[in-house]
Amino acid sequence: MKKIVSAALAASLMSVPAWAESVKIGFVTTLTTGAAVIGNDMKNAVDLAVEHLGGEVAGLDIEVIYGDDGFAPETGKQVTDKLVKQDDVDFVAGYIWSHVLLASRKSVLDAGKFLISTNAGPSQMAGKLCDQNFFSTSWQNDQTPMAMGEVLNRQGVKSLYIMAPNYAAGKDMVAGVERTFKGEILGKDLTKWGADAQLDFSAELAKAKASGADGIFVFYPGAAGGAFIKQYQQAGLKDILPLYSVFTVDAISLPKLQEANFEAVLGSRTTQEWDPTLDNEANKKFVGDFKSKYGTYPSYYAAQSYDAIMMIADAVEAVDGDLSNKDGIRAAMKEADYGSVRGDYTYGNNNIPIQNFYLREVVKDGDGTWTTKVVETVFENHQDSFAAECSLN
Amino acid sequence: MRAGLTVLVMVALAVVPPLLYWYANPFYLDLASRLVILGIAAVSLNLILGYGGLVSFGHAAFLGLGAYAVGIPAHHWLYGGMDAIATTNGWVQIALAVGVSGLFAFLTGLVCLRTRGVYFIMITMAFAQMIYYLIVSIEEYGGDDGLVIDTRSELPFINLDDPLQLYFLGYVSLLVAMLLVRMIVHSRFGMVLQGAKGNEERMISLGYNIYAYRLVAYVISGAMAGYAGALLGNFTTFISPEMMDWSRSGELMFMVILGGFATNVGPVLGAVAFIVLEEVLSSWTIYWHLPFGLMLIGVVLFARGGLVGLFTGRGGKK
Amino acid sequence: MDLSLIVIQALNGVQLGLLLFLVASGLTLVFGILDFVNLAHAALYMVGAFVCASFTFFLGNFIWAVLAALPVVAFVGYLVERFVARPLYTRDHLDHVLATFGLILVIDTLVHMIWGPAGIAVPLPDWLRGQITLPGGIVVPSFRLLIIGAGLAAAGGLFWLVNHTRLGMLIRAGASNRTMVSALGIDIQMLFSLVFALGATLAGLAGMLIAPITEASMGMGNSIIITAFVVIIVGGIGSMKGAFIAALLIGLIDTLGRSFLDDLFKIVMSPAAAETSAPAVSAMLIYIIMALVLALRPQGLFPPKVR
Repeated sequence: MKKIVSAALAASLMSVPAWAESVKIGFVTTLTTGAAVIGNDMKNAVDLAVEHLGGEVAGLDIEVIYGDDGFAPETGKQVTDKLVKQDDVDFVAGYIWSHVLLASRKSVLDAGKFLISTNAGPSQMAGKLCDQNFFSTSWQNDQTPMAMGEVLNRQGVKSLYIMAPNYAAGKDMVAGVERTFKGEILGKDLTKWGADAQLDFSAELAKAKASGADGIFVFYPGAAGGAFIKQYQQAGLKDILPLYSVFTVDAISLPKLQEANFEAVLGSRTTQEWDPTLDNEANKKFVGDFKSKYGTYPSYYAAQSYDAIMMIADAVEAVDGDLSNKDGIRAAMKEADYGSVRGDYTYGNNNIPIQNFYLREVVKDGDGTWTTKVVETVFENHQDSFAAECSLN
Repeated sequence: MRAGLTVLVMVALAVVPPLLYWYANPFYLDLASRLVILGIAAVSLNLILGYGGLVSFGHAAFLGLGAYAVGIPAHHWLYGGMDAIATTNGWVQIALAVGVSGLFAFLTGLVCLRTRGVYFIMITMAFAQMIYYLIVSIEEYGGDDGLVIDTRSELPFINLDDPLQLYFLGYVSLLVAMLLVRMIVHSRFGMVLQGAKGNEERMISLGYNIYAYRLVAYVISGAMAGYAGALLGNFTTFISPEMMDWSRSGELMFMVILGGFATNVGPVLGAVAFIVLEEVLSSWTIYWHLPFGLMLIGVVLFARGGLVGLFTGRGGKK
Repeated sequence: MDLSLIVIQALNGVQLGLLLFLVASGLTLVFGILDFVNLAHAALYMVGAFVCASFTFFLGNFIWAVLAALPVVAFVGYLVERFVARPLYTRDHLDHVLATFGLILVIDTLVHMIWGPAGIAVPLPDWLRGQITLPGGIVVPSFRLLIIGAGLAAAGGLFWLVNHTRLGMLIRAGASNRTMVSALGIDIQMLFSLVFALGATLAGLAGMLIAPITEASMGMGNSIIITAFVVIIVGGIGSMKGAFIAALLIGLIDTLGRSFLDDLFKIVMSPAAAETSAPAVSAMLIYIIMALVLALRPQGLFPPKVR
């Protein structure tokens, strides 16, 4: 599982500090089980970022070592330990799943390394468990569903049925939409998750339909999202029970859904802090090169992973490659001026982005490929709800 | 010959990991600690599986229970609630681990041991799955997400935060577990247990209450695995229901068979081989389950005495 | 809680039960006749789903794909029998469990290597994509009715095969007395291979039927194999009738538990407590049933006749 990404380009453009010839980044994601489809997307984005950087920064080779969490917190912690102790990496980035990140955080932070989440955003780590060396290039879990709750209010949805998997992020998502949604919640199902997750939602969909709600809010990341959409269409709920989702319909599930022609997903709406159509230079380069290199639209997982590598490179550049200058690296990362593909954002006291959230709609692009486009901005410069619980300032 | 192998393996385990820790890479001590702790669990499984002929497919549940017996008191000690068990005292936690897993073994053993053959395999697994889902549902202890153990057990004279001391606690515990199983096997109790494996009717007609003998063995085995779980919790400082999944139970069985079942050192050798293989193969390719699975099939098909049989030229007692 | 919802959930339960039966019947056949514990049985369920998914895109039609995929799965089943199961018939159950555990790892990884980790969404023909309104205004997805129909047909065919054909007679004879069958001059090796391939086909069919609902995905077998074992243990290993009844029972209990347990719990406890405990209890429900059955009847509900 150890793959060294960049070859030696050290034919010295700058003076190489004697104590380190490369900057080592450990990247933990899911490379086995069905969820590996997300991990591969992230890995592609990281490889692209390294390629865009020319394989080096401040005279140091960029060396990315991938670790596979196997979709299990215990395994995730083991590979994190290995990256920290055996490979002695300078940064540990990645983490799709909240429970894997929660299990692994101590291994990284206790060793005095930087930890950068490129997806998971459990509420604890934005609040009480915040740390000066922990940064996020994604969001706190509650934020995206909070934006969706706001959208529901604006669209006059009065009652809602909620479905999510039964794990840390699932509960955060439910809490998030409940925080902003002002109508009535008519029912809620938390389904079995993990390596043998429940994928047949017949009983739950029947309940949702019988509840008579105005809409259904779901959170099903990865493969489960595709499965949900299909059953939603087969049950003929598109017109009866409009779908509002977060992290369910994305560049991972859309190609599969298009291939199997499940058109119920077209027009469905989802909130996110990033979209392939966002109009800035960094994003155009990222989306364009990603599409030409890998043949698909990048997902937000990919965008956040790409950002993390760029942020690390920017910080290493800022200290002229002196990796022992932790304070300098930290200060540079905190600036968040590396040119994120989502546009400018800032960091709050808990090192979680303060950023815009957009409403996106599933559409066909010019070539007929199913993708998303931005409909409107739901929140501007939105900060998560747990920042006040964090003792950093 | 077999005794020589045992001494060789145990001396190597005493010397090599600390040397690697000091001179090579601290990560190797992590592997070794995991190895000796899982070794204890494998030794305990060997007592009922190897000597008793009881194919338990739910042994990981005891391991998990033991780990939660460390995690839950530590959790309450830090965050309040349940004052009766809120403690970081290692003796209390270990007593809890051994007690709870022993009790669980007793209660499930009452039902399981009434069944035979494949029914026994499956019902032990079913009980392990029940515990799995029970833990998943308790949100206070993290449910599916698992529980981070913020403070390790506090024991007199031993500081478990020092990886070397933790390793040697595991190592000494493994030695004790092996001696204990050896004593049991050579006692009259052990003779009856092994006799019942070979010919149940004969032992019954001799007037032995096989059911009671097996139940006692099952409880001892479960309690030992619970103790290993307490060490495992201290080692990983993170526990999740996933560690009681049926595939984990399968891995423990594999260790016993790979090493050579119904032999004293077999389960330990099996644990060594298992951990080393897992490490080497998984750093080689993400498809490492393929060679791993093929090896598992190969061992079952062609190497019946396991590694012990290979080294000593004799198969395990069958 | 209105009546039509209960009817819909019962139909969902029957559908799950029939899928379970298709998997469990193969398990119980193989165990009853060959005395072989096959943990990797559900890997064939997964293989069925993937092969069918590929054929669906290749042939452009789901139904043709199922028909084309069935012999492929049967052949994979035969390979498993020939190279892993056959050398182990004389060994004990422990060896079966370990070898087939290894086989799960092998097949899972091969599927990962061949089809990638993403899983495949299987498209359905238009006439199966909609819904059907049953008497009483109950609307169900038509494909789920197809699953129920196909499951019942397969179950019926299997009972006919076992009870009214010469092959079935041999299978029944083999289940109760293996030496007698070989004494009759029957090629027992051939019979075993056939039984194994038949079991694989049934499991593969179940995988093909579920794929359009969820998708063909890695590890999909691991979530059903344990439940399938619960089914054959509750039903009595080796008993086809037991497997059928237990499968429907488990399917119904699981589905109804997921749908109505929280409402039931709300009667006796606070809504918040019900919301957290109901998913837990419904996940444990089938294991509780199994433990209860085994505590009362250690051989299951319909123990086969003594060998």
